[in-house]
Amino acid sequence: MTAVHPLMVSLLTAGMLLAFRKNRWAMRLLSLAGGLVHLGISIQLFREPSGMLQLGSWPAPFGISFLADRFATMMVLVASIIGLAVLITSWIDVESREEKLGFHPMVHVLMTGVCGAFLTHDLFNLFVWFEVMLMASFVLLGLGEKRVQVSGALRYFALNLVSSLFFLSAVGLLYGWLGTLQMSDIAIRLAQTEERGLLLGIGALLFLAFAIKAALFPVFAWLPVSYPMPSFGVSALFAGLLTKVGVVAMVRFYCLLPADSTLQSFIIFAGLATMVVGVLCAIGQSTIRRILSFHIVSQVGYMVLALGLFNGLGLTACLFYLIHHILVKANLFLVGGIVHRIQGSEKVQECGGLASAYPWLAFLFWIPALSLAGLPPLSGFWAKLLVIRTGLDQGNFSAVGVALAVGLLTLLSMIKIWNEVFWKPLPERTEPPPSRRTLAILAAPSVALGLLTILLGVFAQTGIEWSDQAAQELRPQVVLLEEPAE
Amino acid sequence: MEVLLAILVGFLYAAGVYLMLRRSIVKLLFGLALLGNATNLLIFVAAGLQRGRPAFVPIGATEPKGPVADPLAQALILTAIVIGFGLLAFATVLTRRVYDLQQDDDLDALSGGEEDV
Amino acid sequence: MNSAILQTLCKAVIPLLLMTAIWFFLRGHNEPGGGFIAGLVFASAYVLYGLAFGPQAVRESMRLSPRTLMAFGLLLSVAAGLIGVFDHQAFLTGLWTEFETGFGKLKLGTPLLFDLGVMLVVIGAVNSILLELTEAGESNPQSQGEEAA
Repeated sequence: MTAVHPLMVSLLTAGMLLAFRKNRWAMRLLSLAGGLVHLGISIQLFREPSGMLQLGSWPAPFGISFLADRFATMMVLVASIIGLAVLITSWIDVESREEKLGFHPMVHVLMTGVCGAFLTHDLFNLFVWFEVMLMASFVLLGLGEKRVQVSGALRYFALNLVSSLFFLSAVGLLYGWLGTLQMSDIAIRLAQTEERGLLLGIGALLFLAFAIKAALFPVFAWLPVSYPMPSFGVSALFAGLLTKVGVVAMVRFYCLLPADSTLQSFIIFAGLATMVVGVLCAIGQSTIRRILSFHIVSQVGYMVLALGLFNGLGLTACLFYLIHHILVKANLFLVGGIVHRIQGSEKVQECGGLASAYPWLAFLFWIPALSLAGLPPLSGFWAKLLVIRTGLDQGNFSAVGVALAVGLLTLLSMIKIWNEVFWKPLPERTEPPPSRRTLAILAAPSVALGLLTILLGVFAQTGIEWSDQAAQELRPQVVLLEEPAE
Repeated sequence: MEVLLAILVGFLYAAGVYLMLRRSIVKLLFGLALLGNATNLLIFVAAGLQRGRPAFVPIGATEPKGPVADPLAQALILTAIVIGFGLLAFATVLTRRVYDLQQDDDLDALSGGEEDV
Repeated sequence: MNSAILQTLCKAVIPLLLMTAIWFFLRGHNEPGGGFIAGLVFASAYVLYGLAFGPQAVRESMRLSPRTLMAFGLLLSVAAGLIGVFDHQAFLTGLWTEFETGFGKLKLGTPLLFDLGVMLVVIGAVNSILLELTEAGESNPQSQGEEAA
């Protein structure tokens, strides 16, 4: 297995799906088969990361490099799991009209973009994958017919395109300056340069671009207006993967830079502000997906905070948080989809009584919800513990305080959903409940993701070791950079 | 020449941002197109200007004669143009559907009714 | 639009456009040209045809739907890249083979296949967008596709 295998599988599946799009079941099975092969390849790649690959055998730094290190393969594996979960949910969740319009091929194109962004080791190639992702997600968002859906799609598109253009400008300037786009090569050349001003300018541009992609504090407005619009499966896919690609890009780029305390404190501040604003916005929301969307913003803040803390356990915490968050957040959206299916609405006031009518659903909700809030022994506890421990080690007590408070507010938000949707008596309703088969298909991916969350909590040691290994692989570049500066 | 092009890039960015801040969706698209062009020009200028020296290897030779323009920057721009073209085409289709839905290209009118999800 | 001038002109210009496209496609490996630009020129012939005779005529003349065209293009491009993998080299590695024809050496390689795929994707994408924008009336589905260049 090499770094391009997952991409080839997704692309081939997408191509075949485009060609044979008449028969609904053929499409579903083909799509699922593609997802399964992708998962198999991702597992294999994760077990034996294959390292650097030069596309078309052109030598580095001239050709495009792909790097399958521990970090990238870990992310590809998680992305593949989410993709498969969404594909299964889509059997029930996606209308046949949307399936005809190309839901399945677009999901696979999106997976290509996401995995490409994880695996590439070339800045311009990263831009291309961003655009592939943007294109696919844009089509998936625009599949709906309602005005709000189109409105959300348009805003999503405009802001993300602006972010891509910032990124492209920065790439152009960087190329003009250093004459290279291969990431390791950039790190080596940055280590030799003395021009801090130019570095800061280009770095700021790149950071802004990634911040829009990751939905950080001042530039997150596109996320809550677009994520709640499509079907729940698509929402889950976006919630799990898209913003995290921004975070991953930020991690990769940050590891190339020489250590800089100004930049570090700026990133810490951006992370803290994002955490607080996101969680406060979530409290005032009234539909399940809008609440959860603002929690994405807030949780991304944790990752960025961990990235800003960087030294010691910081990077490890960031990577572990990424994995945990993707699994949990996608799962919460999927559970939201089941609630919507049963109650016909996702407004929390109009729901109720699910705890007594569907106890298993309450259980399915509690696992990711408690994990998100950071209660032991679930994965979120260890993720937050790592962040807080790093903060304590570095004596950054304000960050620790904010992290704890935001965790508490997250729990409050989850309890709000619990009280309204599950606990309060069921409002008068005449709709027939969905069939067992429907519920079973919708619940299956959610059960699997819930199990993974529990496993990641119980065997946290293994997960943290993986993250630590990934962090150590990312770090040498930074060590290399720090030496000439001293 | 670099200075002139740099000023032009700045002007294009300014015009693009101005158009994007208007209420009309069509102007939003024009603004995005201008921003895209500005970015492409920026890459072109940043990679250094070389006049009349295309990066071609003459037939029969194994390397180009003398210093040539950097082909990679041009490849980057070409790719960026292609991608920008695709994205804007889709955005045009979406704008068309917005117009079909509400017979208006006002962004403010579009953002109303967010709660009726 | 129903202009006799445009319709007459079309008959002369479209063959020229198609030939230019093929010329661009064939010279593309070593000189300016290639699959993307050839696809654009090829698609512009359809655009012209659509302007002169209406979108319905374009649909009829295409035989394959734009999306199917894109699908085949995508598969062809990926397959061209895969040939290198089966030869135990990196993805997208160009492989060449030479034939002795009656008129001289003919050099064929996987980049040609890749370019052909790109060309098909571009033609399909441009046409699906064109048809999307010109076929008014029915509430149209979102067209789709991705750039492969």
